[in-house]
Amino acid sequence: MNNKGVDQSKRQFLTSALTVVGAVGTGYLAVPFLAQMQPSAKAMAAGAPVEVDISKMEPGQLIRVAWRGKPVWILNRTPQVLETLATLDPELRDPLSQESIQPESSKNPVRSIKPEIFVAVGLCTHLGCSPTFRPEIAPTDLGDKWKGGFFCPCHGSWFDLAGRVYRGVPAPTNLEIPPYRFITDTQLIIGESAEEASA
Amino acid sequence: MKRSRITECNDWFLERFPLTKLWNEHMAHYYAPKNFNFWYFFGSLALLVLVNQILTGIFLTMNYKPDAKLAFDSVEYIMRDVNWGWLIRYMHSTGSSAFFIVVYLHMFRGLLYGSYKHPRELIWIFGMLLFVALMAEAFMGYLLPWGQMSYWGAQVIISLFSAIPVIGDDLSLWLRGDYVVSDATLNRFFAFHVIAVPLALVMLVFLHIVALHEVGSNNPDGIEIKESKDPWGHPVDGIPFHPYYTVKDIVGVAVFMLFFATVIFYMPEMGGYFLEHANFIPADPMKTPEHIAPVWYFTPFYAILRAIPDKFAGVIGMGGAIVVLFLLPWLDRSPVKSIRYRGGIYKKALALFVISFLALGYLGTQPATPTATIFARIFSAIYFGFFLLMPLYTRWEKTKPVPRRLTPVHSLEEQLPALIEEITVLKPAATEIGHTAFKGSSFIRQPNPEGIKNVISRLAKKAKGSLD
Repeated sequence: MNNKGVDQSKRQFLTSALTVVGAVGTGYLAVPFLAQMQPSAKAMAAGAPVEVDISKMEPGQLIRVAWRGKPVWILNRTPQVLETLATLDPELRDPLSQESIQPESSKNPVRSIKPEIFVAVGLCTHLGCSPTFRPEIAPTDLGDKWKGGFFCPCHGSWFDLAGRVYRGVPAPTNLEIPPYRFITDTQLIIGESAEEASA
Repeated sequence: MKRSRITECNDWFLERFPLTKLWNEHMAHYYAPKNFNFWYFFGSLALLVLVNQILTGIFLTMNYKPDAKLAFDSVEYIMRDVNWGWLIRYMHSTGSSAFFIVVYLHMFRGLLYGSYKHPRELIWIFGMLLFVALMAEAFMGYLLPWGQMSYWGAQVIISLFSAIPVIGDDLSLWLRGDYVVSDATLNRFFAFHVIAVPLALVMLVFLHIVALHEVGSNNPDGIEIKESKDPWGHPVDGIPFHPYYTVKDIVGVAVFMLFFATVIFYMPEMGGYFLEHANFIPADPMKTPEHIAPVWYFTPFYAILRAIPDKFAGVIGMGGAIVVLFLLPWLDRSPVKSIRYRGGIYKKALALFVISFLALGYLGTQPATPTATIFARIFSAIYFGFFLLMPLYTRWEKTKPVPRRLTPVHSLEEQLPALIEEITVLKPAATEIGHTAFKGSSFIRQPNPEGIKNVISRLAKKAKGSLD
């Protein structure tokens, strides 16, 4: 066989064309495989709202409920705690929650609908560990600056009792507040926001 | 003479498959430098551990259930009820730690003797890809027992991807297949751990070895043995891999297995370093353990992540610590490969690097107190300094002349008689002692303080000289 009389440019064109068509085909074929790794319809549907009864909560008590597989905290804050919260602003990264995730109804300094009832997703905004509830003031392991809050044991992030992040810790934003609303004075529903309900 | 049936079968096969050719190319006629030392055991040991992981892994999948509700119990079932299940599982769990020990030593060998330098850059790249695949394999395997550490470790590592701007959140959602680490995550990690990544590992091992056998092995002198050949075209400083190094490697395998078996039978959890205590508690998505740390082989990189007080920068630092290793062949500008002929500055830099790597490894297992964080920052700076300043200090360093041929190795056997002669002195034996000594010997050896002093000062001078 010899290559005399071979139209090299035509051969080049055919090779390139086949490569392009093959690459596009491979791309389309990859879509179902990549897309099947997205959350399934069942996983998406599993995010149903959760009702919580808070009538038996003592002042200062924290309860945990599961919503969409995540821990959600409900904390009954005492008046002293609310007083302390107001004094912390200079030490916080985002005291007014401008860059944090919360429903409109909780976008205020205490980050809640009712000041005493605090609801938050209990996962650190750094790398998703669940911070520990440390309401005591100035414990030995955390030092004098600790005014009570949530401490993430994984990478040492500090949050106050409104889930607001301190400066100089790895977590970038305040703890996420899930959508929630009060059905009655002592009954909460997590997963539906007050805005949606009134709309 | 009549040909036997066996010979006929043999010939039938060899006419159809190039077995002899392959054997000769890679074993019997593959010439390796004759001066391989201790550090050259770890390549073949890594292969051995890979085989161990694949074999024990196959048998573990026969009883393991990749289901969030069943996984933890199925591992306990393997440990308690399956015949010899405990042994197979401990071989697998100890094997993963052994894999990293062997691979870290194998990589350190590369740093010692410049095995990543021209013409072996591609071998190093394949090796680094192997290292990354191995980390992925180990990470996904660690989720499978579905203990507390499995769960929260996976949660943290997948969340690392969410730090990437714009696509981060969608990417980590895609990796998990759910809003949190869940059954979907466990099931896909199982698929990756038993099929996808092992296949990639085996393919990369193949590429690593093919590339190695194309250019030939480096050696502790860092000389290309192909540059001096005998009239038959064989490197004069080379010896066939088989039988010389196959036999040498069997000795290494025996010693390795001694340690391996000791760990499996007497300390399979290694005090919480190989199997962490918190992982004996089933995964609880509501509660993070008080102190979470990855398994020991990830802790140096984890310490770097924690040292940086910014989410995205921390992730970049952690990833950069691995990426920078890929660039090593191009960061090192020294004309000399082996540490034997490099200047003192590289030796000091390497020593600092090893210290900081070990220190980061230790810090990564400890809680992040403010003091620990400061130390982690210092050691992270040294870690990156070793690589990023390398183009400068390797250019400045004064290298020693490299010999054209391999330097002879004096074995301990050859050195010992002269050394004993030097540090002892012969004295006539006293009668009582002479009685218990060998028959007919009327002299005994006693320590010679002068000689011992000489030997120590000579060693000290040699150590100092090698650092300059």
